[in-house]
Amino acid sequence: MSFPWANQYEPQNPLMKWVDDRLPLPRFVYNAIGAGYPVPRNLNYFWNFGVLAGFCLVLQIVTGVVLAMHYAPNALVAFDSTEHIMRDVNWGWMLRYAHANGASAFFVVVYLHIFRGFFYGSYKAPREMVWLMGVVIFLLMMATAFMGYVLPWGQMSFWGAKVITGLFGAIPLVGEPLQIWLLGGFAPDNAALNRFFSLHFLLPFVIAGVVILHIWALHIPGSSNPTGVEVKGESDTIPFHPYYTAKDGFGLGVFLFLYCAMLFFLPNALGHPDNYIPANPMSTPAHIVPEWYFWPFYAILRAFTADFFFIPAKLMGVIAMFGSILVWFFLPWLDTSPVRSGHYRPLFRKFFWFGLIPAMAVLFYCGGAPAEEPFVMMSQLATAYYFLHFLVILPIVASVERPEPLPYSITEAVLGSDDNAELAPGRVSNRTKRKTHPWFASSEFSQACFSRWRSSGPSSAASSRLLLTASSRNRLPSMSSTSRPSMSNTASTGPSVSGTMPSCSAASEVYKEVCAACHSLKYVAFRDLQQIGYSEEQVKAIAATFNVPGIDPVTGEATTVPGSPTDYFPSPYPNAVAARAANNNAVPPDLSLMTKARHHGTAYVYSLLTGYQEQPPSW
Amino acid sequence: MTESTGTADVDGVAAAESGEGVRRRDFINIAAVGAAGVGGVVTLLPLVSQMAPSKDVLAESSTELDVSAIQPGQAVKAVFRKQPVFVRNLTAKEIEEANAVDVGSLRDPQTLAERTKEGHENWLITMGVCTHLGCVPLGAGEGENKGEFGGYFCPCHGSHYDTAARIRKGPAPLNLQVPEYEFTSDTVVKIG
Repeated sequence: MSFPWANQYEPQNPLMKWVDDRLPLPRFVYNAIGAGYPVPRNLNYFWNFGVLAGFCLVLQIVTGVVLAMHYAPNALVAFDSTEHIMRDVNWGWMLRYAHANGASAFFVVVYLHIFRGFFYGSYKAPREMVWLMGVVIFLLMMATAFMGYVLPWGQMSFWGAKVITGLFGAIPLVGEPLQIWLLGGFAPDNAALNRFFSLHFLLPFVIAGVVILHIWALHIPGSSNPTGVEVKGESDTIPFHPYYTAKDGFGLGVFLFLYCAMLFFLPNALGHPDNYIPANPMSTPAHIVPEWYFWPFYAILRAFTADFFFIPAKLMGVIAMFGSILVWFFLPWLDTSPVRSGHYRPLFRKFFWFGLIPAMAVLFYCGGAPAEEPFVMMSQLATAYYFLHFLVILPIVASVERPEPLPYSITEAVLGSDDNAELAPGRVSNRTKRKTHPWFASSEFSQACFSRWRSSGPSSAASSRLLLTASSRNRLPSMSSTSRPSMSNTASTGPSVSGTMPSCSAASEVYKEVCAACHSLKYVAFRDLQQIGYSEEQVKAIAATFNVPGIDPVTGEATTVPGSPTDYFPSPYPNAVAARAANNNAVPPDLSLMTKARHHGTAYVYSLLTGYQEQPPSW
Repeated sequence: MTESTGTADVDGVAAAESGEGVRRRDFINIAAVGAAGVGGVVTLLPLVSQMAPSKDVLAESSTELDVSAIQPGQAVKAVFRKQPVFVRNLTAKEIEEANAVDVGSLRDPQTLAERTKEGHENWLITMGVCTHLGCVPLGAGEGENKGEFGGYFCPCHGSHYDTAARIRKGPAPLNLQVPEYEFTSDTVVKIG
């Protein structure tokens, strides 16, 4: 469906006409996201996040399909294959970081999308179906993200899988058999990893299907808008293309800028160091937390510490956690106010900004904090408010609140008057009381600026050019006199890039002479030494000084042979039991990932190395 | 610059600007779409490149082989870059047969001397990969069909190779490929 004034698709050439008569796919696209879809003219930047979420889904599917070409879903080699992607696959490091950070980016934009809906009442009639489909998408996203996090088979993967499937174990009677069925065993292992991989690959395409339903349902009534007033006439809308493709394009640019900053400069900032330690069913990490995007719900899970009448605390936490999202399904019928936009609802607005948002912030913070006081108490209070907000406050506010006067139309909200408004019967003008918020006026504001700039074009351009030259003339001498010396100072004291190689080779010497006595370096191959400046011949010579496991060519017995560049640094111990026995029951950790597998990374290693001291002679 | 007519009418301004040939908006449009297009194409690079052999595959080591146990007339299959390599100790008769062929009459003209190393003319080292569609020819193992010319025979599509592993009959276009190799001693050969 569309408004009667929507642009009609007209094929430009005979070929497109031929296609249109047989498979009107271009027409479909034109009507969905092209010039054929009229959109309210007053959408603000909060309306960018739907498109951004769609972009993230595509990003995740593309990078995910590519990663699946290199990943091996087998408990024996899953961790190794992840390292293979990071070290050997062309651009593998970037693709994996793009996928991991893409998940975070996806949740960021989806949370903003959801809170846009909360504030502007996007869930209300006639868009309930859009909202319901959206909640389904969110639940599918959570399942997909959880299973994806299990795949690298690090410590957090393993224990995440154990804890989350443990939630199902809380269900009375069937809980335990259900958990065993989900895992295909008594603890997460190969069977669980394989099915998680399969489902992790499948679910994004299910999400894509529900997204189509989501958009389909949206296009029946058309997009909502910041005033919450329905479209009344042609002057209220502008075509999606080029107006909102351009606006979304700008939003996408900003998004990509921030995303790439994370991807290239802080790729592990949102991850957890423990996930660079291979899964170990015998030892739980001291501080186990899910990915940041699950923190609010994790806090709700942990908020229930005492049995609730006859319901055990464990079950209560699980019910509350799932309930905290399932309550969204009932939101269109809990919030009965006929006014959509929180902008015209003073009481709702107070509870939104000073109730729901702080409660969610507290839950978010507590979900990432350890399960101890005062965080438990804080999450209990926030959880109580969360449910109170949706189940009690919203219905009451809807019935007692006196909304502010709505503008007659979107056009009036934007321009201050609507010619059609005077014709409307029984209309009371509230123009004087109407507030124009910069958020929803932004699009029109910029358009007004643009036309003003055009009308006064040459003169203002010339004056701005004058301003520019004047200011730059003033600034340049001072820059050259003050900032330049300080810049050269930094250059002389800062680290020099060309000087890294000697320190790297020194480090590899230290490893060989000291660390290698106890610690393995099993993900590093001798050939990798070429990357820190060794020549091919030097690498061969270094490799030959190590004995790597091999097979005697005559007898076929296991033996050791001199290493070649393709071999990996051999472990000093044949297996973990031997390593444990030789080191007072503590297995020396593998050093290949040491700077990623510890909090504070390189600083941790540096302080550890410099922390050793000679024992005093009298000791 | 054309003097503006004084109205804020968009069409009027557009008309005034069109007098300059290119409108500002055209420039912004082309610049934005162009930048996005370049970005999109650059993004394809890692997506395409990731399917090329990874570093560990490219670093596949060379194969060393002790050939002292291979008697004249015998051949062994070794593995080089995950593919079979035939190492064959030619008999005097086989060398004679190979040299008796008129090189000009061959599909892929090469003499036996060009396909072996000086001083080691009896060692024929070739890839065990048929140049037609990549099957492993027979003839290296004991009792296998050596084809009409006493060298190798590919059972997939019937290519016959002679005692210098040159294509003589069948669909294969080229002789069996001779990999890079060297004798590091009289009995040890290093392939790759």
